Amino acid sequence: MGISFTVYNEGNMIDRAWPFDIIPRTIGKKEWQGVEIGLKQRTEALNLFIDDLYHDQKIIKDGVFPKGLLEKSVNFRKQCVGINPPNKIWAHICGSDLVRDGKGTMYVLEDNLRVPSGVSYMLENRSVMKRVFPELFEQVSILPVDDYPSQLFDMLAAMSPRPQDKPEVVVLTPGVFNSAYFEHCYLAQEMGCELVEGRDLVVEKDDCVYMRTITGLQRVDVIYRRIDDLFLDPEAFLPDSQLGVPGLMRAWSKGNVALVNAPGAGVADDKVVYAYVPEMIKYYLGEEAKLENVPTYKCMDPKECDHVIKNIDKLVVKPANESGGYGLLIGPKSTKKEQQATIAQIKADPRNWVAQPTLDLSTVPTLEEDGITPGGRHADLRPFILSSGKDTQVTTGGLTRVAMVKGSLVVNSSQGGGSKDTWIVDEEAK
Amino acid sequence: MLSRVGETLYWMSRYIERAENVARLINVNNMLMMDLPKGVSTGWEPLVDIIGARESYQETHTDFSEPKALRYLLVGKDNFSSILNSIISARESARTIRDVIPRDIWEEINTLYYYVKDNQNEGLSKRGRFAYLKAIIDAAHQIFGALDATINHDLGYTFIRLGLMIERADMTSRILDIRSENLIISEEAKPFENIQWISLLRSLSAYQMYRQEMGVRVQRSDVIEFVMHSDVFPRSIMYCLGQMKALISPLPNSAEIITSIDKAIDELKAGDVRSLEKGYLHEYIDEIQIKLAGIHNDLAELYFLKPAE
Repeated sequence: MGISFTVYNEGNMIDRAWPFDIIPRTIGKKEWQGVEIGLKQRTEALNLFIDDLYHDQKIIKDGVFPKGLLEKSVNFRKQCVGINPPNKIWAHICGSDLVRDGKGTMYVLEDNLRVPSGVSYMLENRSVMKRVFPELFEQVSILPVDDYPSQLFDMLAAMSPRPQDKPEVVVLTPGVFNSAYFEHCYLAQEMGCELVEGRDLVVEKDDCVYMRTITGLQRVDVIYRRIDDLFLDPEAFLPDSQLGVPGLMRAWSKGNVALVNAPGAGVADDKVVYAYVPEMIKYYLGEEAKLENVPTYKCMDPKECDHVIKNIDKLVVKPANESGGYGLLIGPKSTKKEQQATIAQIKADPRNWVAQPTLDLSTVPTLEEDGITPGGRHADLRPFILSSGKDTQVTTGGLTRVAMVKGSLVVNSSQGGGSKDTWIVDEEAK
Repeated sequence: MLSRVGETLYWMSRYIERAENVARLINVNNMLMMDLPKGVSTGWEPLVDIIGARESYQETHTDFSEPKALRYLLVGKDNFSSILNSIISARESARTIRDVIPRDIWEEINTLYYYVKDNQNEGLSKRGRFAYLKAIIDAAHQIFGALDATINHDLGYTFIRLGLMIERADMTSRILDIRSENLIISEEAKPFENIQWISLLRSLSAYQMYRQEMGVRVQRSDVIEFVMHSDVFPRSIMYCLGQMKALISPLPNSAEIITSIDKAIDELKAGDVRSLEKGYLHEYIDEIQIKLAGIHNDLAELYFLKPAE
């Protein structure tokens, strides 16, 4: 349907069509409102946590979060220590993955705080559905999703260091070969702002960021960056990065430009840190978590590690810092050999591994060649949460990703999953 | 407008114009060869010369036979200016600025790419060739038409037009150069001289407009005058230069380029092209081509993204 997502190992083709399933996934408005409150609570705590880590580290001093974990975190950026981003927000855009178990409870499976992608598919899926099944939208009261680009723009504009009518907001992409390039283009287009590459930007002697235009240099206020931390600025991180902008961190630390999400925000999107989110919520907000975590065993704890190794054939084992489903072992579906290989990796670096029970994941019906699939397919849901510090907004629904193979638990687009439109339905509306 | 985006729009437009010109050249040459007696035709060799690829062609080819030369011109992977490669380059350019160009335009360029790639056997066959090339020419016209009608006529559009005009002027000068140099003027071919000039005009889709404007029999001096100097024919070199000047004038810091364009225009006006004989005409056109390359360099220097130091 005109949507593409690049997969890195498909030869020289840089685009691949992404399967779209036409049967929508429905969630009641009442239930969704509960989820929304839970997500807002969660991102608020996560932002407080990140800000704390880069300042006083009270949560460590108070013994709630182990110091050893932070020391080994690959996403902690010492370059960010002491920096105060506007409104103390680090993770402006958060994509949390939700799953539902057999009993119907929604769990948070993970939080994506670096550069979560997929929102353009949520928007495109809805527009396809509206074109193909207009009559359904007459009969059912389905909450709209198309306001997202405006909300995103408003949030970005609110981060501008120069209060003015029209701040210069840009989307920074690694370029056409990135898997989510379609989305970078799409969002830039929808927000009516420039899509820039690193080479379009320059940090001048005044420590401000400028873009090179036909009419000369033009100041940039807010950068929605879709480049990973380590490639952002060759002066601060990887010196041979061609994608970034030399001096960008300098400009950001002086408050001359806003970076969204802030560098270093990824420290909280580690699968071991994830296990501590309920404690964080209690610590910072004095509340119980409204959305549950999937029970998680941390291999850094020798007892839990033992349990994981003994029960590896029953668990889903994940490396802490990979995304996109790479490096994942699904116990019940794996061979003895694969299990042994993973055990060896766990023993080599226990800090880097967590395990979760294979939930009796709920399924959703999908349409395949022979008709509607009996038993359905496993699915997850990724809502996006926008935080400006003054205001937090959650997408109505989000992106439903669905495994396209019977029994498969992996829904990632980079692993061959598909997607669905997600309807938040107002049951009471007439 | 980002410098990189301006530059990419410029090249996207140049590549599409180039593909369209090559398609037209092949089509017209094809028709001409059917009219010329056996043994008189110049074959496909001049077309390889027009795109300036003689040396690289000869590295991999032993002769200019129809199947070899055609494959090279249409889809040759080793030919940077083959129709397929031009379309690939245009598509790659468009892809990196998809946020700037209207979605329909991207889809048209993409469709053209698949058409050129998937139907190449039609283009290589004698029967399918005309329709294949015509479809490419039509698609190029449609893309430029749609651009004109749907994109903001702002700085970006200026660069689209600049790319189009400079490529067009360049192709016109090349076609005129090689075609007039290669014209067969032997006793035997005398009766066919006329159709060769007509064919030159057709290569520039100039035949009908020539007739309207010049109103005389097709003859060498008038043809050269028309495709070089006409103020009204959109493919004449003079017309393209005039357009470029008008496009560039509102841009910042453009005084220098305007001077270069003025020089090219003066050079063009000064020559009494009607009386230039073989050889001299070639040198004269060479000068103009150097001026065109200079204008491109000035543009790149002033407005395009510089490679990292």
